[in-house]
Formats: sequence, C-alpha cells, structure tokens
Amino acid sequence: MEEKLSFEYAPAPESRALVTIKAKYGHFIGGKFVAGSKHFPTINPATEEVLSQIALAGKAEVDGAVKAARKAYSTVWSKMSGKERGKYLFRIARIMQERAREFAVLESLDNGKPIRESRDVDVPLAAAHFFYHAGWADKLEYAGLGTTPKAHGVAGQIIPWNFPLLMLAWKVAPALAAGNTVVLKPAETTSLTALLFAEVCQQAELPAGVVNIITGDGSTGALIVNHPGIDKIAFTGSTEVGKIIARAVAPTHKSVTLELGGKAANIVFDDAAIDEAVEGIVNGIFFNQGHVCCAGSRLILQESVADEVLEKLKARMAKIRVGDPMDKNTDLGAINSKEQLLKIRELCASGDSEGGERWSAPCDLPAKGFWFAPTIFTGVTQAHRIAREEIFGPVLSVLTFRTPQEAIDKANNTPFGLSAGIWSEKGSKVLWASQQLRAGVIWANTFNKFDPTSPFGGYKESGWGREGGRHGLSAYLKGVSHE
Amino acid sequence: MSFYGLVDGTEASLKKYLGSLSGVDQVGADARAAMLATRSIKAASKRWAIDTAISMVDLTTLEGADTPGKVQGLCTKAVRPDPTDSTVPSVGAVCVYNDMVGIARTHLDLIGGHHVGVAAVSTAFPSGRASMAVKIQDTQDAINAGASEIDMVIDRGAFLSGRYIEVFDEIVKIREICGTKAHLKVIFETGELVTYDNVRKASFMAMAAGADFIKTSTGKVAPAATAPVVLVMLEAVRDFYAMTKVRIGVKPAGGIRNTKDAIKQLVLVNEIAGPEWLTPSLFRIGASALLNDLLMQRMKMDDGYYASPQYVTID
Repeated sequence: MEEKLSFEYAPAPESRALVTIKAKYGHFIGGKFVAGSKHFPTINPATEEVLSQIALAGKAEVDGAVKAARKAYSTVWSKMSGKERGKYLFRIARIMQERAREFAVLESLDNGKPIRESRDVDVPLAAAHFFYHAGWADKLEYAGLGTTPKAHGVAGQIIPWNFPLLMLAWKVAPALAAGNTVVLKPAETTSLTALLFAEVCQQAELPAGVVNIITGDGSTGALIVNHPGIDKIAFTGSTEVGKIIARAVAPTHKSVTLELGGKAANIVFDDAAIDEAVEGIVNGIFFNQGHVCCAGSRLILQESVADEVLEKLKARMAKIRVGDPMDKNTDLGAINSKEQLLKIRELCASGDSEGGERWSAPCDLPAKGFWFAPTIFTGVTQAHRIAREEIFGPVLSVLTFRTPQEAIDKANNTPFGLSAGIWSEKGSKVLWASQQLRAGVIWANTFNKFDPTSPFGGYKESGWGREGGRHGLSAYLKGVSHE
Repeated sequence: MSFYGLVDGTEASLKKYLGSLSGVDQVGADARAAMLATRSIKAASKRWAIDTAISMVDLTTLEGADTPGKVQGLCTKAVRPDPTDSTVPSVGAVCVYNDMVGIARTHLDLIGGHHVGVAAVSTAFPSGRASMAVKIQDTQDAINAGASEIDMVIDRGAFLSGRYIEVFDEIVKIREICGTKAHLKVIFETGELVTYDNVRKASFMAMAAGADFIKTSTGKVAPAATAPVVLVMLEAVRDFYAMTKVRIGVKPAGGIRNTKDAIKQLVLVNEIAGPEWLTPSLFRIGASALLNDLLMQRMKMDDGYYASPQYVTID
C-alpha cells in the first residue's frame, strides 16, 4: 500500500461552462434589457479577473424603472387576482430550481463564496422564498392583517453583496405576493445573479415592469431612496447607510424596512454539548466568510469551559478548507472586495493594538484575490472595538463570563440586536436566556438557520421591521397596524 | 489494572467518569455528518482512498450456513482480493464465528496470508445474552484456535438499565483473557443503544476498560454504522487521545456496501479524528459486499469504464 500521511483531497472544481457571462450588461426595465450609459467592472474576488461590465444607472434610468413599475402596478399587477400572481411566483420558483446550478456557479464567481454554500444554501433558500410567498398571494385576507390588505404600490429595494440572490428573493418574493411592483438594485460588486434573475422573469413571462432591475453604486441607491414615485423602501445593508435612508424618508410618505448590521453574541454555557457548540461557533462566524449580518461574531464563553472550547475550536478551525470558491470541498472562500478586506484588516489591527490576542488558522492563502484566514481574538473585553463594531469578516472576538446573568448583560451590551445564540443542554436555561436576550432572532443549539416561514430582523440599530413569515409579508401591505 | 487513571474500578468512580462527559446534540451531530458527506473525492485522492479502504476491510461472514469451504474461499479473497491484479492490497482481517477461527487461520497461513488477521466474534455474539462463564469460554476458545482479534459484544440490557459497572467489568475480564494475544474490539450495537449520548458513554467506558477498538454494530441490527454514530465515536477516540495519549481504533460495521459509503467514512476519519487514524491499525470497516464494489471502482479508475460484475469474484 502506498504510504501517505494525509488524505489530500484532489481539486474538485465545479464547471463554469454552464454559465454565459456577457461582456457588458444593461438594465432590466419594463421587461426588456436596455443598454446602460456608463459602466464599471465587476470582478471575481477570488482571482481579480474582470467578469463583466455593469451599467451604472443615473437619474434617467431610475426614472424609467420607476415609471415602468408604476405602469405595471396600475394597469396589470394591482388588477390581477392573488391566485394569478401566485402562479407567476410558483413559476419563478420552479425556474430557479431548474437553473439552480447556473445560479450557484454565477454567485460563487461574482461573490467569492464557496460553491458548497451557494449550491446548498443560497439558491435552494431563494427558491424556497418564492414558493413560500407564492402560497400567500391568494390568502392575504387570512394573514391576520384585516379583510382587505392593500399593496403599497412601487417598492424600491436595495440589497447587499453578501447573499446577492437570496437577498433579492427575500425582497422580491413578498413584494410581488402582496401585489407590489419593484425596482431593485443589487450591490455594485454582485450584480450578476440579479441580472440572471431578470432573465428568469422573462422566461416566466412575468408582465413587463413588475420587476425592474437597475444596477449601480450608492449614488443609484440614493436616487431610488429619494424618488417621489416610490411608495416603499426596503434596504438591507450597513447601519450607517440605513440611518441615511431613515433620515431621507422621514419627511415623505414612504414606508420603510431596514435590515442592518449586527454583532451577535453566541453564548456557550458549561453544560453545552461541546463538540456541537464548536461546530455552531464555526458555522456562526465562518459561514459565508463571516459576511453575514447575523454572524455570531462575539463568542461569550463560560469561564469553566473556556479552555476546552478554545482548544477544540482551534483544532476545528485548522480543518477549515480555505481557497478556490469553485472547489466543491472549499469551506471558506474569498473576501468579497478589496475594500472589505482592508476594513477587516483595519479592525484586526485595532484588536492587536488594544491588547487582544490574535490566532489565525494555519492555511495557505492564494496569491491573487482577496483572502483572510479564519481568525479569533481572545482576551477581548467589552471595551475593545472588535467587541463593538461589526467586522463582517471571518474574525471572532472571544469574551468570557462567570454567571448566566453576566453573559446576558454582555450579550445585550451593544447598539445592535439582530441575532444571538445559546448553547446549553438544559432546556430551562435556554428558555430563560432567550427571554433575556434583546435580539430579533435567537438560535438555541444551532446557528445561522434560515427559513422563509420565520420572521428575521433586528432590535435597536439592527433595523426596522421583519422579513420572512407573516411579519415580513405585512411590511409590503398598507393600512395594517404593524406588530 | 490502571484504566489509564480515569477510573479505579469502583462503580462510584465509573459513574463520576461517565458523568463528566458532555452531551451530544443530535441535530448538530447529524448536520456535521451530512456536511462532511458532501466532500467530493476525485482522481488521485479517490484512488488512494479505495486502496486504503480495501486494506481496512474486515472481510466478514457471520451466517448460520457458514462452512469450512465458504470460510476458506473468503480467506483466499482476503489475501488477494483481485486475482488478476497483485497491486491490490490484502484486507485487514477476516471476521468469522468462533468455530471457524481455526479453519480460517490454517487456510490463511497455507496460502501465504500470515499478515491477514483472524477476528472472532465473541461473548455470545450477536445478542450477548449468556453467562459470564460462557462468554469467557467463548473468548478463550477463539484465542486458542488462533484468533488475533476478538470482536466482543456488550450486554446492551445491562447498559440500558444503567448497570454500567457490569458492562465495564465484562470488558475488563475479556480484555484480561485477550492479554497480548489478541486485539479487543468492543461492539456496542448502536442501533440498540439508540441515542448519541449512549454511544458517547459506551465509547468512553469501553476505552477506559481496555478496548483496542470500538465498533458500532454486529451487522444483525439496523440501523448500524450510520455516519453520525461513527462521527460521535471518532470524536470520542480523538478526545480520549487528548486525555491519555493513547489512540483507540474505530470499526464501523453494517450497512457500508459501496465505495461511496466507504469514502465517506474515510472523510469522517480524516476530518474528525485526524489523518493519524487513516491506517488499518486504527480504522477497520466490517463488511462483505463492500470489497467487490471497491474492486470494481478500482478497475474503473484504471480502465476508464465499468466492467461487468463477472470480472470480480463471488466468494
């Protein structure tokens, strides 16, 4: 027998042959692709290869998209029965499933996330959101929102780069189910799957103008937010931009939902199932390179098990496979952009200078592209920047506690409140802790689990409103008192 | 015996030791095993995995209808799994009932298979329902007949009713009889223990009592060697090594019928216990039909096409 010390997995790359990326894209307005005027490149963050040129929408394009959405709303979509709207949503969901590999490959190329995650999480969940909301379309009067809930009209939706297709689904599916038409802008670094989704809308023969996709940067986003023809703004992104949007829409008729940043506490009690807690910690912070608003970025460990957990966590982190996102065995892909990489580095440098102890998993990072090794900081206190600010990268801050109340106090001591995790085998403690934690989503003995039926959203600076479930649907209906 | 300093042989110390173990969250363990099942093993790594898996097979026949002829045929296959290709490694051992041990050992030695072990299932396999005297005699007979490995079953009834010390003492006694002559594998029958907490508890108990290997199942009860059960056992041997610096082996048995399943097992070993366990002295797969599928996949990798099943032998 051939002697070999370790089981080296040969490269197992997913083929990119099944996607066709055009050299240049325009906007999707009124059911047609229209040429853009100005363009900017979109790159593969794992290789820095330029994938395509993306159009930058200015005032004319935003006006055109809003006009198309208004026309579709008043002439077609608002007159159509819920049952008929639902048929289109079911059709979109099925086409997304049929073209799942194409979406997954394109998402990994444009975003840098591992194909395993785009294939097993992003794309199936995106399709699930359309299926779920398709079912709501003809049952709005049974949603507990009054007998005749009405759509807002035209929804302006601005989504982030961390889960491009999934965030599109979270926005578009409930909006259409509730009877709105949409103008959606994907993030500037990740427009490709939204443009592929536009093709799906054509394939599903969705009436022209019901979904309009315009690409661009923050300036395009500002044009959408401030456009007088839009009735409802839905934004997912940073708290900083969320505050700007809140100020901009405050004096207007627009309703708004914001899904913003987080600095989630992942609390491990000494009676936790340790091996699964370690898995949950890894999944909490290293899923999607830590580019997750609800990431478990603050590990709050009971002192009596801290050494054991950290030892196991480091051993586990050493097994994380970092590299080519297209390889089916990759666990951690590329950082989405150079800008984000610099932000992660800057915050880590502050962690060093403020006295945190940095440990990174030993791994070879590719020479090209944007990479950051999975990293933890121990000896972190509440006063450190890395315990307070959202890093949005594969970096975990570790704090400790002595009593359950101390864990809760530390967990809640943040301007954010999007999510939290509790690890304990003791049911009564889990229930108690979940009642004390001030966060919109609380996971017990698991982390980063998403489902279209479950409302998602934050307390405090993590946002306004909910997405998913009946609560999320209500954000796209008016004349309804929100919970 | 010192039991690695973990217990002193009393019931109180055993309870304290088992009570110190953290629980296993079933949902989390299932999810981890499912994620590792998505690993895609191709090309050179697949070839390596196939040969490694062949060398780890405990080629098994445990039927009431076993005859000397059947066992001898199995031994021939164990030494040279593919008669047309001498580069195929021998399997780890043949695994037979007590009365077939002498026949197997004699035949293996006759055909140059000194390096292939004979494992005897023992202690009133598969149920474990017999007196201690019978279990001891069962084991002693197998060793006298030349068994180099003893696959004992635990008393699941005693385990499930909380009489851990009885199970512990049985393993200790059988360990004494094995002495230096035979490796001891302890079979839990995880399909009857049911919960992962029980699997973890049984693993730590058997290791402290002197097991060289911990083994999932007899092959007579389903479910047998499911991925999460093997994962829990691999975590146990990893943690036991951290405590004692002694590496205990793991043997999944039952339900591993094709190459894909076997490679999934090796991925679990690699990523949970670590690459140090990727050797037949620390990982075995109890199987019968698996070997032919490994051989067919190996031929396919060499030739580029799937051959008819008639190109592998039926023994």
